[in-house]
Amino acid sequence: MLDDTDRRILRHFQAAPEATSTHLAELCGLTASNCWRRLERMEEKGIILGQEIVIDWQALGYSVEVSLRITLDKTQPRAFDEFLAAARTVPEVLEIQTFLGRVDTRLSVIARDMPHYQQVYRDRILTLPHIADIEALMHVARIKTDEVLPV
Amino acid sequence: MIELDDTDRAILRHLAGDARLSAGVIGKRIGLSQPQTWRRINRLMESGVIRKRRLLLDRDKLGFGVTVFLGVKLATKGRVSLEDFERAVSAIPEVQTVEHVLGLYDYRLRVVARDIPDFERILRRRIMTLPGAGGVEANVLLSEERLGGPIG
Repeated sequence: MLDDTDRRILRHFQAAPEATSTHLAELCGLTASNCWRRLERMEEKGIILGQEIVIDWQALGYSVEVSLRITLDKTQPRAFDEFLAAARTVPEVLEIQTFLGRVDTRLSVIARDMPHYQQVYRDRILTLPHIADIEALMHVARIKTDEVLPV
Repeated sequence: MIELDDTDRAILRHLAGDARLSAGVIGKRIGLSQPQTWRRINRLMESGVIRKRRLLLDRDKLGFGVTVFLGVKLATKGRVSLEDFERAVSAIPEVQTVEHVLGLYDYRLRVVARDIPDFERILRRRIMTLPGAGGVEANVLLSEERLGGPIG
């Protein structure tokens, strides 16, 4: 479905999402119209979904980030749905993931400082439904963040 | 740390929905001129509030059927330099993110693979052979959603 040229475009585009299609064509060694046509086709096929901005929450004063790995009480048939629906309403929750493995779900939670984190944790997280167990991982540093797919 | 006003927050909300929106389009939606909107977006980028843009690709359509989160514990703390581990793990193309964490594990990795056998190959040949890698726990990603966060 994709040829090597498409993949080359995706590699360069992932590294420089802000590039204009003219600049991207130059990086890939293609004519602008050829590059544009290929981008257009990959968007139509739903391979390129769009772009998002990455917000630096530290710059906005949120210095604490915690990964909460949560095991749910699976004797409750609606445990996943109800837990996820409630977790979505907590503003400090940035990411919700579900897993196959020892952990059922993971929330990425930010807070301004430790007292604020404690408040969010007590008032908004521990009150979420059907939690059986929670483990916390405190973020120290991000080493690699680009989330590039090795196409 | 920079303080945002309501206009900045409105701009961030629109950009969070679609990073490709132009200053003109956002300005029209929130009742601000194109140059004013552009200046504010520029300020959000220069102050680092907007760290970068990211291209969103369909993993499945590109043949990456499996995403796994790995918790990695270093085997010999103090003897292996963290920098060596970080450099080696960051160089693996299938490792998308590396986070240094405190708690049950030392590092949290996001790994993409074509399928489970491909993941096993990456785990055995590339991850387990890293300098200092000890205990590893794998959780296969089933679903993922990113929320807007407390923009206000």
